[in-house]
Amino acid sequence: MNRSKLDLDPEKIDYAREISKKITQPVQDYISGHTTVSVERTTLRMLGADGIDANEVPVPNLIIQQLKDRVGEGAAKFYINALLKKGLTPSALNSEIANGLDISTLEWAESTQIEKKAAELVQSFSSRVKENVRFRNEKLTQFNSSQSTPLLYLIVATGNIYEDVKQAQGAAIQGADVIAVIRTTGQSLLDYVPFGPTTEGFGGTYATQENFKIMRKALDEVGEKIGKYIRLVNYCSGLCMPEIAVMGALERLDMMLNDSMYGILFRDINMYRTFVDQKFSRMVNSFAEIVINTGEDNYLTTSDAFEKAYTVTASQFINEQFAYESGMPARLMGLGHAFEMNPEMKNGFLFEMAQAQMAREIFPEAPLKYMPPTKYMTGDIFKGYAMNTLFNFIAKSTNQGILLLGMLTEAIHTPFMQDRYLGVANARYVLNSMADFADDIEFRKDGIMQTRAKDVLDQSISFLEQISEKGLFNAIEQRLFAEVARPKNGGKGLDGVYEKTDGYYNPMYSFLERELKIN
Amino acid sequence: MQLIKPYGDTLNDGAVQLSFTLPVSNGAKAIEAAIQYTKKLGFTEVEVVNAHPLSDDFTFFVVYGKTSMAIDYDKIVVEEIEKPMDFYGVNSYIKEHIQRKIAVIGACTGTDAHTVGIDAILNMKGWEQHYGLERYPMIDAYNLGAQILNEDLIRLAVEKNADAILVSQVVTQKDVHIHNLTNFIELLEADGLRSRFIVLAGGPRISNKLALELGFDAGFGRGTYPEHVGSFIAKKMVEKMMR
Repeated sequence: MNRSKLDLDPEKIDYAREISKKITQPVQDYISGHTTVSVERTTLRMLGADGIDANEVPVPNLIIQQLKDRVGEGAAKFYINALLKKGLTPSALNSEIANGLDISTLEWAESTQIEKKAAELVQSFSSRVKENVRFRNEKLTQFNSSQSTPLLYLIVATGNIYEDVKQAQGAAIQGADVIAVIRTTGQSLLDYVPFGPTTEGFGGTYATQENFKIMRKALDEVGEKIGKYIRLVNYCSGLCMPEIAVMGALERLDMMLNDSMYGILFRDINMYRTFVDQKFSRMVNSFAEIVINTGEDNYLTTSDAFEKAYTVTASQFINEQFAYESGMPARLMGLGHAFEMNPEMKNGFLFEMAQAQMAREIFPEAPLKYMPPTKYMTGDIFKGYAMNTLFNFIAKSTNQGILLLGMLTEAIHTPFMQDRYLGVANARYVLNSMADFADDIEFRKDGIMQTRAKDVLDQSISFLEQISEKGLFNAIEQRLFAEVARPKNGGKGLDGVYEKTDGYYNPMYSFLERELKIN
Repeated sequence: MQLIKPYGDTLNDGAVQLSFTLPVSNGAKAIEAAIQYTKKLGFTEVEVVNAHPLSDDFTFFVVYGKTSMAIDYDKIVVEEIEKPMDFYGVNSYIKEHIQRKIAVIGACTGTDAHTVGIDAILNMKGWEQHYGLERYPMIDAYNLGAQILNEDLIRLAVEKNADAILVSQVVTQKDVHIHNLTNFIELLEADGLRSRFIVLAGGPRISNKLALELGFDAGFGRGTYPEHVGSFIAKKMVEKMMR
């Protein structure tokens, strides 16, 4: 990392981190005393639970239904006990459960036997995920020279996984390093994960484990052909945050959209539910070395990007703390932000660049995820293309990690095949033409950019102080974020939160805590 | 009669710029196909100025051509439709004419679990960069989500003192939405509450005509943005106040 171009005061940055830690600490206390239906379903999936019954209810959901108010004891022991008592493999037990076997009423095996079996299942989960990590690292090393810096990120979204495959392979050939398969609208509010390959979705494709597998295979194939490891992204958000994380870990996804507060603010999911779920989801992502992408861009699509820039910085600090508390190293934190200022604004480019450079300097190791203009994109595709060029310019000159390519037809239709090509062509021109620009410039002392960055950092600090004083739960309730008020007991999913009982047992959670050295 | 044609650099030259992708691999044959295809569209003096492979099986073209087609501008008739107010317009209209915040409650009712429509209209984020009503400073919006019983929606609308009720229906198999929407109006009427609320139906297969037939104040179909709904409610409230 070069020395600071913005001349930011390192003590102020340290102070902002300190307050952020104070903000997230009380939330950790809540998290450690609670579990949720999705945390338990995730644990069951890690142990081997999978499949659906005749009504398409997933087996992990069936088990949770059987446990009723005993969810607070942890679902793992019931599943492991059933494996022992029935003498079945996980897949055979899954079929039995799908056919109506109730595992909540079986006699108990010896606890030493349960623990022994648990250790075996933990081991088999662990080796599968570790093998995925090893394979990814091997391919990234093998094809290291072919990837762009920043990584070029493209989206496909047809609703049909087989159609997505064609578009994704096309996008890879056109130059994408990262492919995201957008989820169908509304999946974030489903309290289960659909099963199998899917061919119908609204504005996106269902995230299912089978769909992950199909796309992974397709990207590996095209990657071998063009000599590049293509990273796959999905959405680890909504009511099934940790479950999707596990599916991604098992099927070797490489990145996950994963924000500690997005669901609360923008999807009206209950805050207690979200905080408990996000931690486990991030633990899984950390273990599988999946880069998370946080959702700060959303603050700017709902509020003014110039006036509310400080909310992005503050949220990045909070997301960072929550991630650290899940055992995540900084290199996996794709903290988000966006190029969303009004293009009519005088010196808007300078303010955008100051913001991007500031994020770079405050979070030097994080592979920052930079989002393109969307809010002010119109039917004027030529103007839009010019805006995307300036966006790409900032991404390169401030060393962003992940560049979500702007589409000139944003706000008109889902991208045509040529729109993606034009997006890549624009970025490649900029990336190559200014390859070493970042190392060759300095910012004028007390100039517009330095002043702007200092102002935003100061505003972020006073905003964080305000949150810290109220407490994060109250702050969200009192409309401090994204101009929306979310009551503590409101939103979706609160009925799926359970206090942990004294004997709470979760060998997977404990395993990850040990692996990730959390407390 | 006023015949007009596209203008490139000379009046009536009919110059048009096109770009499109053909599902074939790039090469002389692909370029010739693009030329012949453009001619088939009615263009002459066709020139492919750029052909770029998108993958093994797709090629992107930028093409110029000239058209002989003209149109009589005098014969063009358009219906002057009133433009809906935008986010700022709706808020200032409410501030000025209603002089208080208005309350809007919405749900996806019955067995329908698809919140995509109601979320697009009500949730903060809205969709396609059109803010949802929750984001409007002059609107208190309550999104109850999916699978809400008609009875519960009405009870909560009374409780929250709502001015308008939004009913979203996405699933239309076996006309389940018609039965559900009809039942909703019947319940309102039975409770003597119909005139108290502005009631709107929405969904990809709901039309204004259908909604009016079923006894709603309006229906909103595919392509509706939050400001369309916000404009309608605000104007309708003022209309009601005038009566």
